[in-house]
Amino acid sequence: MFDFPAQVLLIEDDPHIRRFVRLALEGEGCGVFEAETVERGLIEAGTRQPDVVILDLGLPDADGMVLIRELRGWTQVPVLVLSARAAEADKIAALDAGADDYLAKPFGLGELLARLRVLLRRHARGGAGSPAVVAFGAVRVDLPRREVTRDGQHVHLTAIEYRLLAALLSRRGKVVTHRELLREVWGPSHVEHSHYLRIYMGHLRQKLEADPAQPRYLLTEVGVGYRYAG
Amino acid sequence: MVDPELRPDPDRLLQTLGQAARDAARGKLRVYFGASAGVGKTYAMLAAARAQRQQGVDVVAGIVETHGRRETAALLEGIESLPLRQLPYRGRRLQEFDLDGALARRPALILVDELAHSNAPGARHAKRWQDVHELLAAGIDVWTTLNVQHLDSLNEAVGGITGIRVWETVPERVFDAADEVILVDTSADELLRRLREGRVYLPEQARRAGEHFFRKGNLIALRELALRRTADHVDDDVQSYRRERAIQTVWRTREAIVACVGADPDAEHVVRSAHRLAQELECDWHVITLDAPRLTPQSPSARDALGQALALAETLGARVETLPGGDLVHAVARYARRHNMTKVLVGRGRAQARARGWRTWSAVLAGALAPGWIWHRSSFADALAAGCPEVDVIRLGASAHARAPARGRPRAVAREPGPRRPAGYAWAVAYCAAAAGLSALAFPVLHQTNIVMLFLLAVVAVALRHGRGPAALASVLSVGLFDFFFVQPLASFAVSDVQYLLTFLVLLGVGLLIGQLTAGLRMQARTSVKRAAETRGLYEFARELSSALQPEQIVASTGAFVHAAFGSRCALYILGLDERLAPSVPPGQDLPELDPALAQWVYDHGQAAGAGTTTLSTGALLYLPLKAPLRTRGVLAIENPRDVPFSVADARRQVDTYATLVAIALERLHYVEVAQQALVSMESEKLRHSLLAAVSHDLRTPLTSLVGMAETLAREPAALPPAALETVLAMQAQARRMHAMVVNLLDMARLQSRDTPLRLEWQSMEELVGAALAAMRDALAGHRVGVAPLSALPLVECDGVLIERVLCNLLENAAKYTPPGSVIGLQASAGAGELQVSVTDAGPGVPPGHERRIFEKFARGERESATPGVGLGLAVCEAIVHAHRGRIWVEPAPGQPHGARFAFTLPLGEPPAVQPETA
Repeated sequence: MFDFPAQVLLIEDDPHIRRFVRLALEGEGCGVFEAETVERGLIEAGTRQPDVVILDLGLPDADGMVLIRELRGWTQVPVLVLSARAAEADKIAALDAGADDYLAKPFGLGELLARLRVLLRRHARGGAGSPAVVAFGAVRVDLPRREVTRDGQHVHLTAIEYRLLAALLSRRGKVVTHRELLREVWGPSHVEHSHYLRIYMGHLRQKLEADPAQPRYLLTEVGVGYRYAG
Repeated sequence: MVDPELRPDPDRLLQTLGQAARDAARGKLRVYFGASAGVGKTYAMLAAARAQRQQGVDVVAGIVETHGRRETAALLEGIESLPLRQLPYRGRRLQEFDLDGALARRPALILVDELAHSNAPGARHAKRWQDVHELLAAGIDVWTTLNVQHLDSLNEAVGGITGIRVWETVPERVFDAADEVILVDTSADELLRRLREGRVYLPEQARRAGEHFFRKGNLIALRELALRRTADHVDDDVQSYRRERAIQTVWRTREAIVACVGADPDAEHVVRSAHRLAQELECDWHVITLDAPRLTPQSPSARDALGQALALAETLGARVETLPGGDLVHAVARYARRHNMTKVLVGRGRAQARARGWRTWSAVLAGALAPGWIWHRSSFADALAAGCPEVDVIRLGASAHARAPARGRPRAVAREPGPRRPAGYAWAVAYCAAAAGLSALAFPVLHQTNIVMLFLLAVVAVALRHGRGPAALASVLSVGLFDFFFVQPLASFAVSDVQYLLTFLVLLGVGLLIGQLTAGLRMQARTSVKRAAETRGLYEFARELSSALQPEQIVASTGAFVHAAFGSRCALYILGLDERLAPSVPPGQDLPELDPALAQWVYDHGQAAGAGTTTLSTGALLYLPLKAPLRTRGVLAIENPRDVPFSVADARRQVDTYATLVAIALERLHYVEVAQQALVSMESEKLRHSLLAAVSHDLRTPLTSLVGMAETLAREPAALPPAALETVLAMQAQARRMHAMVVNLLDMARLQSRDTPLRLEWQSMEELVGAALAAMRDALAGHRVGVAPLSALPLVECDGVLIERVLCNLLENAAKYTPPGSVIGLQASAGAGELQVSVTDAGPGVPPGHERRIFEKFARGERESATPGVGLGLAVCEAIVHAHRGRIWVEPAPGQPHGARFAFTLPLGEPPAVQPETA
């Protein structure tokens, strides 16, 4: 089902979880490497060069956050965090440290695979730079020409709306926190004005989603940020 | 424009308002006031009471003395009489007004005759007016009768007129506080006629002095007093009326009086005069006495007189202070300045005392050594006037009482305390004999002048070592021996040379003077030793209490120190956290006489009762309220000591100090306890947090495995037989349900802990609904969800994560209780300051009567099966919505045959402005 047989590094101390995740991934044709500790995980990440890392935050020897920071020192490999810590503050901390996505336990396998798929797609193209044209649903975004069409019709976006859309599109699959988006789109002085985001995301959904109340691409992670799932 | 001077003083108005509020709750007191017995007070009262009764007022006769008069008894007929209380007293039974019966009966109006009556021993209060006070406090109206001579301040004046002093008196303030005073007046002639006809009942005491009392002149004088007093009362009413209406044109500067009393017979007179003056001036008054070391020892009777005067001052409402220090003028002047006193009252006491006995002689001699004012009150007044010129010094006239030969008082011969007295006299004889013997040996050698010196030495030695009495004996003996053996003619008391008379006089004088001085010094030393012991005791007690950490420690040290100081046993009633008094007796002591009801009374009224007080004074125990700065913390019950009972002011003051120390210690302990509880709750809050985190983590991990593994199995449907697949799917569903439950439980726990603040942000409802629908995608897979357009809604300030939980729970609930394939509707609308969001389903609906119950969470296992499966989800919703100051409810789905509509509201505010885009 994946676009290519990806190599996945699974860092998780619970053997049962490792077992079923591994079964599911192998069922999708992926190669799975396992690690139980941060130390082992770092070694595996260095030697195996995985396409994606699945990481549990609560590991016996150190906090998974340490591993993320360590990893971000030398690779942009996508990191999906699995954690029993469900509080939004924990999620934001992990995302700020460099994680790409976050799944709270217990999670459904379907959800896990869907997220991995999005992350892998971005990673596969990562080396080749961003695509010139992004298409989702009936929408096409021509990034070099700054042109957005829906069902072939031109859609007018304001400058801010466009910047916001571009910020999300460039991080396909990654949850972008409120602060990150505000800083990038409105500038550092606006990082506390989260209501701007709510309003402009509303506009974007109005213009680009089939049903703005049940978006399919411009998703909300309540209390954390937004994610483009294309 | 209103002249500011004419405006009512706001403070005074507030006082009036507060007074009005208190008055409304209190009963009203009406006093039938008369000049003497026989004017018809009881008759008038009963006649008025009958009229009230006919108007339907609930009138009860508490106690009415008809004194066997027919017409009075006839009036009493038809009025319900309260049974009297029987009090056993020394084998007899005394009948008394039943206060508790009256309080239990609670009539609207009660008649209580003879306000000045003293209750029999064993009654709760010593005086009937105290009973009346309690009735009034309970909101019962009281009518009573009173004769003018029973008024405290006029008692003396009446005694002066009639020669009879009554001991049953009513404090002035009780009379002044009466809401109505009705004067029952009869002319003197009419009264005398009634008396001749035998229609006037005379109490025993008055009967003895009957003819003296009922002289026409007396009666006229009494009538005048009664009329005047009534007029004063009316005047008070006028005054308060004027105050309310702001008619007052001149505000008097605040006067304040201080009366100086000593251990004199006229101390009481000074107190009464000060009280009268204070009343006339409507001002505060203080009574002070000096606790100075004295050259002359105080006689017990003088001390008693002082104690009584101070007690009287307290009952009359004065502030009583005992000043330490030696310089009376200085102390009084400083006190007057510090308290801003405008008038100082001084008695005349000593002037009369000087007329009596040899003691004055020695006093005059001692006067040569001491500042004059100690002995001459007149000079004290002058000294005070000089030392404190801004204060009026008022020197009172001698009291009528002091002018008349004092009855039962002149036990004033100073008795010297101490066990050495009989021995002292023997020593005096021995010293004189020794001096005589020595003189006899030296007589041939020494001149007579030097012989006298030997005797003088003996007298001085006796005076120094054995005090005044032996010194006097030694003086007399020496004079006799010297005269008999050494003055010509020898062996005779005859004196040839008149010069020797001077020798005798000097010998006698020196003996007495030195004796007097030593006695004074010894007394002073003894007092200071006692004081030091008291102070040390208090200090030790305070130190002990300050280290107490448990109420038991306080009880134990109180027991030990009270026993050391008074030789009595004691017990404490301590207010528990449940606001009840719990008795605790120090270890090793037991007090069988403890009366919990009295302790409760003392606590409720904040007044001392029992031995040495005016309330239930026959008891063996004194009950003191433990008044700490913030509130009364309990009651100290203490046995009346045998040697110095608590009726003595000194002992009482000391025990009061002990009580205050205990009260403060108890209060401190109370706050220690409060602080500890706060600490415990803080700790448990911390514990709860770590527990929550642990539970959260430890439950999620196995649940994840469970869900994941079931899902793994279910992903290969072909590999499983249909029955096994079904089981796997059920496992998966149950695991998810369990997860939902855990989430709800944790949410509930988090919401209930105090320090979970809402993270309020301006949220878009459309976005939250979208997120909730996405999160619930699996659960809602079998239903059709219809969402009304939400884009036009304003932003709402809320905690997005929590409101998403509310939406998820409502959606999940709808999915769970409705058949698959049915429609779940989600609408939202803004209006009237709030945003309303509702989830409508087509399920069976909520049974009538359960609309509120389904939002209740399981309270300790109750109702677990009442609405199965609803569980915590809705309770969490309610908690979240309430935290946002919104409402949540369920109602039948509108426009549908069945189904439920769950709705909640959130308050709408003013969203922050958004800068319009420039581009």
